[in-house]
Amino acid sequence: MSFLEIKYLCKKKTTNEILKGINIELEKGGFLVLVGPSGCGKSTLLNAIAGLLPPSSGDIVIDGQVVTDLHPSKRDIAMVFQSYALYPNMTVEENIAFALEMRGVEKAQREVEVKKVAKTLQIEHLLKRRPSQLSGGQRQRVAMGRALVRQPRVFLFDEPLSNLDAKLRVEVRAEIKALHQNTHATIVYVTHDQIEAMTLATKIVVLKEGQVQQVGTPAEIYNRPANLFVADFMGSPAMNMLKGKVANGGISLFGGEAVKVAVPPSVTTSLPDGKDVILALRPEAITDAGLADPQARAIATIEAEVTMIEPTGSDTFVTGKLDGASFTARTRSDVQVSLGQKFPFSFNLDKAVVFDPQTTQRIV
Amino acid sequence: MSAANETVSAGSARTARYFIYAALIVLAVVYLLPLYVMLTTSLKSLDEIRGGDMLALPKDPSIAAWVKAWGEACIGVSCVGIKGYFWNSLKMVIPAVLISTLLGALNGYVLTKWRFPGHKIVFGMMLFACFIPFQAVLIPMARLLGLMGLSNSTAGLVMVHVIYGLGFTTLFFRNYYEAFPDELVKAAMIDGAGFFRIFWRILLPTSGPIIVVTIIYQFTNIWNDFLFGVSFAGGEASPMTVALNNLVSSSTGVKEYNVDMAAAIFAALPTLFVYVVAGRYFVRGLMAGAVKG
Repeated sequence: MSFLEIKYLCKKKTTNEILKGINIELEKGGFLVLVGPSGCGKSTLLNAIAGLLPPSSGDIVIDGQVVTDLHPSKRDIAMVFQSYALYPNMTVEENIAFALEMRGVEKAQREVEVKKVAKTLQIEHLLKRRPSQLSGGQRQRVAMGRALVRQPRVFLFDEPLSNLDAKLRVEVRAEIKALHQNTHATIVYVTHDQIEAMTLATKIVVLKEGQVQQVGTPAEIYNRPANLFVADFMGSPAMNMLKGKVANGGISLFGGEAVKVAVPPSVTTSLPDGKDVILALRPEAITDAGLADPQARAIATIEAEVTMIEPTGSDTFVTGKLDGASFTARTRSDVQVSLGQKFPFSFNLDKAVVFDPQTTQRIV
Repeated sequence: MSAANETVSAGSARTARYFIYAALIVLAVVYLLPLYVMLTTSLKSLDEIRGGDMLALPKDPSIAAWVKAWGEACIGVSCVGIKGYFWNSLKMVIPAVLISTLLGALNGYVLTKWRFPGHKIVFGMMLFACFIPFQAVLIPMARLLGLMGLSNSTAGLVMVHVIYGLGFTTLFFRNYYEAFPDELVKAAMIDGAGFFRIFWRILLPTSGPIIVVTIIYQFTNIWNDFLFGVSFAGGEASPMTVALNNLVSSSTGVKEYNVDMAAAIFAALPTLFVYVVAGRYFVRGLMAGAVKG
């Protein structure tokens, strides 16, 4: 049985439906990331789990107990807020101990617990300071300490890294991951950053306009996106979407008969001739010939004009253009390529997925 | 902007500055003159006052008038000075200020962090209370105090001032708490703190500046109030302002200007004291939130 279950959860604000029947399950020790563009309802969902925002209908079950109508403090959860929400009038020590104090834990016991958590997070030297005397990263750590000290059943994180600068964000992200691996805590984490979602999650839920678009492991979401929205939202640079038409058991790309590829192995049904489809490929599935996967069964080499070259150091992103359609390829950084040149791109069709442009769903 | 600056030379900027300071000094002297006259007059003897020069320094300063004003001056028929009324005023102002400030803080907390349907209307109506003229409520209030058995008592005055002050104190605290992050309240809720615990432990300790503003504002208003005092508390229960009026307007015997002045200074001392002690917080509190610090 799942540890955290969300059943048919709806939230209406006047006539505006923010959550439209959300169903999610999470096993104990799982790391669930809710990801989606702003306004998709992910923060509303997290607040509903926390008990800060009552849902209009539906149930929330933690460890077999229905908590939908319980007060936030009775749900045995802890939340880390985007703004950290540290009590400005208390020292770090008092901040961390506050929840224990509210539960009536003895002072001596509180001190022991706070010391233990401070040691895990390496903030022992900050205990006597006030939040205003801390840097962003330190505040973030104190906020985590405040959650950790309670040893709750579920941790909730509301975009905890979005107030940090880029370098610190990567560091703290790694710390959260390590924390999860060491404590086996059950975590629900909200973010709009798809890289955070990919790196942290054991399970990702992609939300859009209050509806679940896809639930899956990071690999499933990345390699087998359920629809065009998920394909476009996850991954940077974005997935290449190439318009094509089914013809004689293959797919003609770039609006003509000239370039034709086999139907990728991800499609198991047979497609009728003349059907419009969208062939989607990650940038890393389009490479220079030297980087092409030798294990791949279906590789198509297509020559296209180079319109942009973006070196990132580790690889170079090359934009190719053919008959008005552009795509981004990820090539080796030392590949010889120049603007305007005709360059042979290797399309790894093993990795390709096909979408129906009418329904926007993936064709399997 | 920069073009305008270039047309102002350093010399003319300095001249303008001298002019501004000169004007400020003149205005300050004008404002301080009454205080100077009060102080010097209170230290003079009656003969010297009758001698004429109001602005002259006292030739032979004496605090006799102060002693008399405090303990011997006749107010109405009893000649025991103003000290009893001074205490009356303190007994009125301290509870009234504390209760109205506390209730205002509580109102502000509820109106911003525990919003209920119609909270805007409730706040609007409380604001409306700020604009009701004192005279309009005198008779209904007198009737109410009579029904409650509080007429002619300090407790009644405390109640009147608390009710009248609530509009202002609520306004101050609501606007201050409006800027207070909701996430802190949510975090405290998850941590297990209840309604009052969040108020006492999280909000009140961070409300220093606005508490000072409210206390100064309420203290000054309530201490200086005359109309409610004279309407609802006569005789022995009169506050300082009413007693001062009775002292000055007593028409028996000679007019003792030095005693009047000393009594007036006694009446002004507590508000002066509050401003001197907490004045810098007052300005800071008024500015809080205006500029992100």
